[in-house]
Amino acid sequence: DTLSIAMDHLLGLVGKDYVLLIADRKVAYSVVALKSDHDKIMHLDASKLFAIAGEGGDAVQFSEYVQKNLHLYNLKTGLPLSTKAAAHFTRNELATALRKGPFQVNALLGGVDHSGPSLYHLDYLGTLHKVNFGAQGYGGYFCYSILDRLWKPDMSLDEGVALMNTCIKEINSRFLVGGADFTIKVVTAEGIRVLDPVLASSA
Amino acid sequence: MAGKNCVGIASDRRYGQYQTTIATDAQKIWKIHDKLYIGLSGLATDVQTFIEKLKFRITLYQLREERDIKPSCFAQLVSTMLYEKRFGPYFVEPVIAGLEGPNNEPYLCAMDLLGCTSTAKGFVVGGTPSEQLYGV
Repeated sequence: DTLSIAMDHLLGLVGKDYVLLIADRKVAYSVVALKSDHDKIMHLDASKLFAIAGEGGDAVQFSEYVQKNLHLYNLKTGLPLSTKAAAHFTRNELATALRKGPFQVNALLGGVDHSGPSLYHLDYLGTLHKVNFGAQGYGGYFCYSILDRLWKPDMSLDEGVALMNTCIKEINSRFLVGGADFTIKVVTAEGIRVLDPVLASSA
Repeated sequence: MAGKNCVGIASDRRYGQYQTTIATDAQKIWKIHDKLYIGLSGLATDVQTFIEKLKFRITLYQLREERDIKPSCFAQLVSTMLYEKRFGPYFVEPVIAGLEGPNNEPYLCAMDLLGCTSTAKGFVVGGTPSEQLYGV
């Protein structure tokens, strides 16, 4: 299981007033690529994105569970949850499930609220950490050093997209398993925007 | 470690997975009140879960007792909470540092994951390189 969880590439970064999340589009089953246009970034609500890496069933079930619970909170209270609260709720669900029936899901949760843009790194054990940029899966081995060098605070959207494209190029040139297409989504104060996917063939 | 009517507590700030460092600003020491700090090392998710449960218990203590908890009493609380999970423990190693009583006597205590306390006068250590830290 740990192998397939690592085969999803997720990357995210925080910019001036947005969070940018990218995820590869491949669904693999052993050595077969089942699907090459799968969207791994779920919209938790109008201002939050949840990129998930993990075992097929767990990934979808867990992310939908979080999404519906956030919706329920909204219906009950009339208030949207802050990104921090949503991240902590998600963490608690993972941590509680850990000793019962763990979800094999690693995630990046990004959102924009009254306190600005924020990105959270979540692993399947329920470890939560707020980060300026993050990765899940093997992609991190190739991209953390690039992000360490080139990320700076308050980047414009163009700068952020350019940095992500650099990371995508690196994964596609150095990662053992073939070229990957990537979904790219941005969340700003205005809401979620889906940018054109980056196709391996064009990178 | 303890000094004259004072204690100090320190930790590293790395959050990593195997050889990858994910963050360099992790918090591993929390203030319980002005004269009591706890440091938690070990499995990051359990550190986070355990400190959430601890803060809950301390908040209730504050509300009921209307006073700050004594370091020795706090250590007992931590120990009990850990031993309750004797056959499925939290993978954490607490280090507690505080000042106790009207004379601000230093109180230092380290624990293993099952809640076995070891109080000391001079210094206590915890974490992956705890044996090496004893040497230092």
